[in-house]
Amino acid sequence: MIAKRTIPLVIAALVGVLMVATYFVPYTEQWGADAMEMFIILAAAAMVLGAGNLLLLNLSKISNRRPGWGYAVITLLAFFATLIIGLLKIGALPTPSAPGNAWTAPVVQEGSPFWWIYKYGLVPLTATMFAMLAFYIASAAFRAFRAKNVEATLLLGTAFIVLLGQVYAGVWLTDFLPTLESYVVASFPDASRDFVLAVGMQVKSGVPLDAIVVNGVAYADMTAEHHELALQTSDYIGGWWYQLLNGLRLENLTQVILDVPQKAGNRAIMIGIALGIVSTSLKVILGVDRSYLGSAD
Amino acid sequence: MRYAVGLMLVVVMAWATQSFAAAITLAPPTDVMVEDVPDDIGTQMLVKWAASPDETGDASGPRALSGYAIFRIVAQTGDGLESIGEQAANESEIGFPANFSFEDVQPIGSVSYGRTEFVDENVEAGTSYLYAVAATGPGGTFSPLAVAGMAVTAQMEFFNEGKLWFLIIMLVISLVIIGFVWHAKRGGEIKVRTIAGLEAVSEAVGRATEMGKPVLFVPGILDINDIQTVAGITVLSNVAKTAAQYDAQLKVPTARSLVMTTARETVEAAYLGQGRPDAYNEDNIYYLTDEQFGYTAGVQGVMVREEPAACFYMGAFYAESLILAETANSIGAIQVAGTAMPSQLPFFVAACDYTLIGEEFFAASAYLSHDPEQLGSLKGQDVGKVIAAALLVVGCIIATLAVTLDTWRGWQIAELYIKDNILGDEGLEPNEEKVKIIDADIAAELESRALQPEGSGGDS
Repeated sequence: MIAKRTIPLVIAALVGVLMVATYFVPYTEQWGADAMEMFIILAAAAMVLGAGNLLLLNLSKISNRRPGWGYAVITLLAFFATLIIGLLKIGALPTPSAPGNAWTAPVVQEGSPFWWIYKYGLVPLTATMFAMLAFYIASAAFRAFRAKNVEATLLLGTAFIVLLGQVYAGVWLTDFLPTLESYVVASFPDASRDFVLAVGMQVKSGVPLDAIVVNGVAYADMTAEHHELALQTSDYIGGWWYQLLNGLRLENLTQVILDVPQKAGNRAIMIGIALGIVSTSLKVILGVDRSYLGSAD
Repeated sequence: MRYAVGLMLVVVMAWATQSFAAAITLAPPTDVMVEDVPDDIGTQMLVKWAASPDETGDASGPRALSGYAIFRIVAQTGDGLESIGEQAANESEIGFPANFSFEDVQPIGSVSYGRTEFVDENVEAGTSYLYAVAATGPGGTFSPLAVAGMAVTAQMEFFNEGKLWFLIIMLVISLVIIGFVWHAKRGGEIKVRTIAGLEAVSEAVGRATEMGKPVLFVPGILDINDIQTVAGITVLSNVAKTAAQYDAQLKVPTARSLVMTTARETVEAAYLGQGRPDAYNEDNIYYLTDEQFGYTAGVQGVMVREEPAACFYMGAFYAESLILAETANSIGAIQVAGTAMPSQLPFFVAACDYTLIGEEFFAASAYLSHDPEQLGSLKGQDVGKVIAAALLVVGCIIATLAVTLDTWRGWQIAELYIKDNILGDEGLEPNEEKVKIIDADIAAELESRALQPEGSGGDS
């Protein structure tokens, strides 16, 4: 009981407290990274367990002729082929300093059979699995966005705006609404467009009018004509009419949805997660939750 | 002859003086200051200086100054001169020698023009150093050395004061959680709201039993060092208990060897605890592969071939979340998911019957176990949320007032304190330089308002 319960609990508590301390004590800052390295070594050693389990499971499937045993044969063939080619570095060129020793070749050498398996076997298979996600997203969205009630309708409307706002169709649909560029083109002659555009960009990004600098010239040093143009641009960009209409463009509406309600909700979830992590860590450190050791008893 | 020798000496001296003057034509930087980098283990020093007047250069010609070279000597300490490769001018006096040779001494570092700071990351704690900075020009020319006013000792701090507020907040929340655990342990009543996703665990396992189909539990794709995997394993313990009670078959494919080992121990103990060691089958908890999409394909295969009636996803998930959930949906399985990966939550919400969002996932173990001590921790979490919400409201009010009342020093300092001290890493004391900037901004604003004629419509 002591070996299976008490010692692991004590180790978990001590290491847990120590890892928390490493965050606050400069001298121990490196210990967290050291612990992670130790874990990586442990996990690498545990790979043997995983590989052993994989072999046993698949061999048992084949010997019992269970449904799908053919897949088990393919799994084992692929496993041994990759293991042998990778371990023995078959077909890889040794380093020039030791031409007779194949083991000196780098693990992943471009052009070697092991590299070929990775490049033309694993990568395409992985990419295929990932590509399937697009179809699953479509089918999940089809179910999730049904306007069954008020909340689902709101979700549908929001998703519609965000989806459209991410693609060119959204820009095209609300292209008639004003932008800084359309205002400049419609209201100013060619000669002053660059200046007005530069002023407008700065005003849009929140720079006060008297702090504007165009082509290295500060607002205070500008000519009276430029002062007038800058003031006119600032009044237009800051005006409620432009703000409203420009804000209704789908790409801008999308950005507002992502920046305000989405971010607020996301942060609320993050705060909950952080508290949950603190609570779970405390339960493990204090030994209140022992279920990861087997049971709470 | 004597005149000739004298004349030669004068010529040689004049040449030497001229060549020395030609070598040093740059103006040195000024105000060299050195400070020990705070909150470290005494291995860093921060050297600051004011730019050389030559740095601005002449826009029409080449820049006179290419950068700065930083030199240091080990200053004499109480234990005598310590050497790490450099020598002080002499043992009785701290300083750079008058005949300092740029050719003989390598700088400890250099920075390009425009920069006025350098962090020396190669000092020893407890040793005093004297620093000097020289401007460097094209062709290896140097300005005279600008020497710091005093030697500074590198010090190791035992506590990172910049993280003090984080420690305080963490301690408060931890103490609240521990307090409620203690309260529950002493028999105090703990009321927890109903979480539909967790209530559905028994229902899902029961359904699988009735249908004679297995229950599939996916503990995420990260290793056991991830807290989400640990939380997933604690949920597995409770699912395994229910499965043992109902005599349902529980299958747990894992993506990590250590997770497989832990899951086996957990499930075995759960079956033992329910008096059903005979029903435990080690082969039902198995390793597939570490590869993300290889694992996904493997689990998909299990779903399609064995058609589990209930699927649980508890742990850390990435892009595979929706692939798994949609596949299980296609076979009509009841699905319960729980994760703390915000980017995957929408997928689970869209595709699963029940989803434990963030904190609910971490609360699952306590909720399912009905253990009073664990339920106490849930109450502590709730109080933590109340504290976080209160801080958010106070922070929003202060930030709004700081913007609206921009000449009210108190609000400006309060906003700075929240941003830099409570949420940042400035420690307990506000940054004096930033406070000075705020004071200067307020003074400038008040001055500009005083200069404005009345009724001109300035901000008020």
